[in-house]
Amino acid sequence: MEKFIRHTGVGVPLRRSNVDTDQIIPAVYLKRVSRTGFEDALFAAWRGDESFILNQPAFRHGSVLVAGSDFGTGSSREHAVWALKDYGFKAVLSSRFADIFRGNSGKQGLLTGELAQSDIELIWKVLENAPGTEVTVDLEQRQVRCGDVVAPMQVDDYTRWRLMEGLDDIGLTSRHVDAIADFEASRPTHKPRTLV
Amino acid sequence: MGKTLAEKVWDAHVVRRAEGEPDLLYIDLHLVHEVTSPQAFEGLRLAGREVRRPDLTIATEDHNTPTVDIDKPIADITSRTQIETLRRNCQEFGVRLHPLGDAEQGIVHVVGPQLGLTQPGLTVVCGDSHTSTHGAFGALAFGIGTSEVEHVLATQTLPLRPFKTMAINVEGALRQGTTAKDIILAVIAKIGTGGGQGYVLEYRGEAIRSLSMEARMTICNMSIEAGARAGMIAPDQTTFDYIQGRPHAPQDKDWDAALEYWKTLRTDDDAVFDAEVTIDATELEPFVTWGTNPGQGLPLSSSVPDPESMADESERAAALRALEYMDLQPGTPLREIAVDTVFIGSCTNGRIEDLRAAAAVIKGRRKAESVRVLVVPGSFRVRAQAESEGLDQVFKDFGAEWRHAGCSMCLGMNPDQLAPGERSASTSNRNFEGRQGKGGRTHLVSPLVAAATSVRGTLSSPADLETSAT
Repeated sequence: MEKFIRHTGVGVPLRRSNVDTDQIIPAVYLKRVSRTGFEDALFAAWRGDESFILNQPAFRHGSVLVAGSDFGTGSSREHAVWALKDYGFKAVLSSRFADIFRGNSGKQGLLTGELAQSDIELIWKVLENAPGTEVTVDLEQRQVRCGDVVAPMQVDDYTRWRLMEGLDDIGLTSRHVDAIADFEASRPTHKPRTLV
Repeated sequence: MGKTLAEKVWDAHVVRRAEGEPDLLYIDLHLVHEVTSPQAFEGLRLAGREVRRPDLTIATEDHNTPTVDIDKPIADITSRTQIETLRRNCQEFGVRLHPLGDAEQGIVHVVGPQLGLTQPGLTVVCGDSHTSTHGAFGALAFGIGTSEVEHVLATQTLPLRPFKTMAINVEGALRQGTTAKDIILAVIAKIGTGGGQGYVLEYRGEAIRSLSMEARMTICNMSIEAGARAGMIAPDQTTFDYIQGRPHAPQDKDWDAALEYWKTLRTDDDAVFDAEVTIDATELEPFVTWGTNPGQGLPLSSSVPDPESMADESERAAALRALEYMDLQPGTPLREIAVDTVFIGSCTNGRIEDLRAAAAVIKGRRKAESVRVLVVPGSFRVRAQAESEGLDQVFKDFGAEWRHAGCSMCLGMNPDQLAPGERSASTSNRNFEGRQGKGGRTHLVSPLVAAATSVRGTLSSPADLETSAT
């Protein structure tokens, strides 16, 4: 996984709360068996609308999505993260993320930074008043900078460390294979097995 | 201080705990389906890894399977490729699979409990957010993403931070005509779609205790719609009776040992929840959603709300947008909303009791002419059971389409979809924009409301049929 320390790119204000993963990527795009190539599927239903934010030239090449609260609710589809990444997003900022989406993002190196809703509103104003303004997401400093706005960003210590080191979870867990084997040896026999 | 049910199950599965790191949690049961697994298996292959515990893993085909002509090749090539990919992966990695047409095929969350694999005190995961369903047995069950699917396949563990705990007390007895679906829709409306974020919900109280296992599954199923990754109900005699005798239920001495353990799986009297919510079941009515998230719901006797009356700015903006998408006017009685399609099925309400409840309402009637009615059993066995009881004939005589098992119109991945602008009353779990087909409009309802709605053509409860019949 690529290391994430800080990123600067065009900010995209998405003034919507409760953006569920069905909106991020509709189910019809989940039939593919690859892990890449989902950029066309991102916000597919909304992109048909010319006024949608990503259809505006100033935002088309955005890489920092600044969204309303409860981003990524609903379905566990990791395709939502792949679609955001494939489109070119490196970070999503919101005052609240759905648990599964945040977990999926962390595994894929997409930063989900939690900001106060008041800071999200300030950044939205900057981006709307001057479309194309860049946002700096500084994971090392746990800070977001955009125009005059400097906002603290919450990311838990472990996720921050993993992202900054670019570490892969399976590799980390595999270091504890002995502990897993010990645990398995102590499992009760009444637990079910799928193969008999 | 005592522990909550969720904490007991969590603590019994910690493989490794270290300061500043997530706990490494052991997974007892991993359910797999065709949509969220191909990239995980591919990851294993690329890294030269194996499935660590195929004996704790089981796969079924459900999300993307057709519900008609299941004996013919799947027409959509990408869908067929996805199904074939699962079959190939299961064969290569030694994972048990129940493919389309198999007697144990069905929606993954219907199949697990049906086989007796879902048991109290287990950790259960699946690349599907409605894995919370299995919490009805007192298991800690939650949805995961594809990277986590790969992680569990490779290590049978997951690194996770402990959840907070929330008690949902549902006190009093439900009134006639009110069901588990109405309880959970009311809970979500009360705490909001983000209210459960970071929590495991434990449903408690008289109304919960008196529910059947299937009704409990309906409740736990929709925990995710309140933002909670998992929902749980402490196991009791209802749970034990449901499991006993199923194909994977423990036998003999193992049954005794299991039962002894299962009886310890309840929240201690002196345990403290991080949050508590109380709902009065005696006041509940049939509940329906009017908006585009499952928290936007009201009793059926209400009218479409007026966004201008909402104090919270973001709630108001969301409601305005929802009403525009749903093409609804504030003040319209919910009972006057006409639907084009009624969908009865899904992991929320696609089990035999749901089909029985719906069939009892429609028996001897004809569907409203303007309405298409789709009945999709949750599994092959549910379908067979319904047929043995003659329910299929009841639905067919009514004018409904009797389909094969799968997720179907719940998520509109297979051809069972709403057309743009079409409106449904659906027993499923999500009313998101476009969820059941691009431009489709969804009202979430119980099987009873779905059935009554298919008779009258507008959102209705069975009580409305009695008044209109006289």
